[in-house]
Amino acid sequence: MAGGPHPLLGSSVEKRVTFNNRVLPYLLVAPQIAVTLVFFIWPASQAVFQSVLIQDAFGLSTRFAWFDNFIYLFDNAEYLQSMKVTAVFSIAVALLALVSALFLAVQADRVIKGATTYKTLLIWPYAVAPAVAGVLFLFLFNPNVGLLVYALRAVGYGWNHALNGDQAMGLVIVAAAWRQISYNFLFFLAGLQAIPKSLIEAAAIDGAGSVRRFWTIVFPLLTPTSFFLLVMNIVYAFFETFGIIHQVTKGGPAGSTNILVYNVFRDGFLGLDLGGSAAQSVVLMVIVISLTVIQFRYIERRVNY
Amino acid sequence: MNFKQSAMCAAAAALVVGTASSAGAVTEIQWWHAHGGALGERVNEIADNFNRSQSDYKVSAIYKGSYPETMTAGVAAFRAGKAPHILQVYEVGTALMMGAKGAVVPIYQLMADAKVPFDPEAYLPAVKGYYSTTDGKMLSMPFASSTPVLWFNKDAFKKAGLDPNAPPKTWPEVGEAGKKLVAAGYTCGFSTAWITWIHLENFSAWHNVPFGTQENGFAGFNAEYTFNGPAQVKHIQQLADWQKDKVFVYGGRDNLGNAKFVSGECPMYTESSAGYASFKAGAKFEFGVSTLPYWPDVQGAPQNTIIGGNSLWVMAGHKPAEYKGVAEFMRFLSLPMVQAYWHAYTGYVPITTAAYDMMKSVKFYNDYPGRDIPILELGGKAPTANSKGLRFGYLPQARDAMYEELENIFTAKKTAKEGLDNAVKRGNELLRKFEKEQN
Repeated sequence: MAGGPHPLLGSSVEKRVTFNNRVLPYLLVAPQIAVTLVFFIWPASQAVFQSVLIQDAFGLSTRFAWFDNFIYLFDNAEYLQSMKVTAVFSIAVALLALVSALFLAVQADRVIKGATTYKTLLIWPYAVAPAVAGVLFLFLFNPNVGLLVYALRAVGYGWNHALNGDQAMGLVIVAAAWRQISYNFLFFLAGLQAIPKSLIEAAAIDGAGSVRRFWTIVFPLLTPTSFFLLVMNIVYAFFETFGIIHQVTKGGPAGSTNILVYNVFRDGFLGLDLGGSAAQSVVLMVIVISLTVIQFRYIERRVNY
Repeated sequence: MNFKQSAMCAAAAALVVGTASSAGAVTEIQWWHAHGGALGERVNEIADNFNRSQSDYKVSAIYKGSYPETMTAGVAAFRAGKAPHILQVYEVGTALMMGAKGAVVPIYQLMADAKVPFDPEAYLPAVKGYYSTTDGKMLSMPFASSTPVLWFNKDAFKKAGLDPNAPPKTWPEVGEAGKKLVAAGYTCGFSTAWITWIHLENFSAWHNVPFGTQENGFAGFNAEYTFNGPAQVKHIQQLADWQKDKVFVYGGRDNLGNAKFVSGECPMYTESSAGYASFKAGAKFEFGVSTLPYWPDVQGAPQNTIIGGNSLWVMAGHKPAEYKGVAEFMRFLSLPMVQAYWHAYTGYVPITTAAYDMMKSVKFYNDYPGRDIPILELGGKAPTANSKGLRFGYLPQARDAMYEELENIFTAKKTAKEGLDNAVKRGNELLRKFEKEQN
């Protein structure tokens, strides 16, 4: 590199880039730190603070309560039930959304005629807000006036998710996954298109069939995308789905779709129990942080970058 | 600057001065409410009429979403020091508002401080009782008040050979009528909206059995729920048993089941008297209204039903001149004309006896038979400790627990006794939590 010492990188060009300016690195990361502080650390610490207080809704009387709010939660059979429901719901949503998106992406990757139309149509549902998605599914499956309910009844299958917990769970899983499929589809398709065609062609010449090519070449090369999507989908199922639950089942029947984040919303916003709701947020935060850590520590090792 | 421009400037300046001076004279009063759609338009008309009736105050009615959303918005605004003058709160939020002593100004005190004439005796006892202390001091101004009634499909009654002018009066009669309707080809005898409000809360008042201790929570924060008594258990078990031959079908939470009545699927339906407007708009058959059924073998039944709906709470932290305006508006709201208007165009009851008398004098109930049934249900007998209302903290969450346990009962996962016992246990845990917060 000609032209004398670089103004930022120092007098000599080394392989390791070093910053002589002491302030600049901090300036460069400052926006990121500011965003994290304002949108994560500050609200999270507020939640932690609130969770050890017992306070009336108006904030007129506040009492430090140690871990009373947490003890109340874990003494509560319904809350433990809600944890199980959340586990089933999140795993099912993530799996359903990932598998169907991968299937659709592989198919879309093959299509030549009308590929753009096909892709655009598959991406559309992502523009639908969760609450709206909930309303759509509610109209289709409303036990009283739902279109598909009439169709199901005509073939002899009684649908009433107002009372049948398994049907209610199935419905919210499909509604939640439906929207996320588009998001996953986008990433899978990009991932597929990044795989060099020569690799696949070479395998084809060696006589590998399409299934074999998928499992030995395509899927391993997609693992970084899949891993990223797994993390994103779990976070989505945990946090962003309460709009769907609120519209479709309100956590019922008998608590069978009452996921943790909906319980936070219900106790905090509908019931105005701030301490209890904050304690639940903290529990939820701990769960998601530990899930993410586990994913990065153990699953990421098996990812081929 | 030519002539035209300078004239415009002068006009604009005059306009600014004009609005400024009138803004200085008119005190604005904010009223946050939860009535959307057609009801919201009625609310706006009431506010407009008040604004036109005088020139000192201007009430701005602002729609804030559903009941819980409106209440949450009000609470958040108070915490931020920006509370509205008047906040509409649904009846189950009453205990929470009452507990917030520094956040609200009780109505009796507001009226006394502003020296605006106010007679608590003018209000219907069942309406007033819900929002008053045990010694009769009114804390909030009742606004939209309704009560559950039995709606029935007259066409279906004719088809099943039932007399459309003699709807069932008791639960055993409902069972008989339901069986005949199912025999005539209906897939459902009756269903209900707001099952916790109608079949547990109102059921208890209507049969004069306690819903909780301490006068249903009126007498102290240490109250406990008792809605797992023999009368309630018997009734809920009967509903569960009636499901087998479709006499009763559970339609879901809140008023999700309304579609079952409007579509003609369920010819009998227990719902708030305020359901009138939506049935009138949606039902393609002739429907009638009757009193809420009762069990004749329970002594003292029928007693009186309790109200649902909302009341207006006055929030603390405003100027005395503004409170004067709030008090004037409260007086205006209680005028017979205003109440009669509200009652006639919605399914809500008039909150004062004067308004009710006025409707009778214009023979409103001859033209609209049955529209006085909610008033008769509420005012048939003087309210007892079991029937003047409910005052329990975290009642919204307790209602969720009741919904969940009822759903367990209706799917035969639990018996009525087991389910209600557990709902009481869960409700009591919430009450203890609320009690802690109040100290």
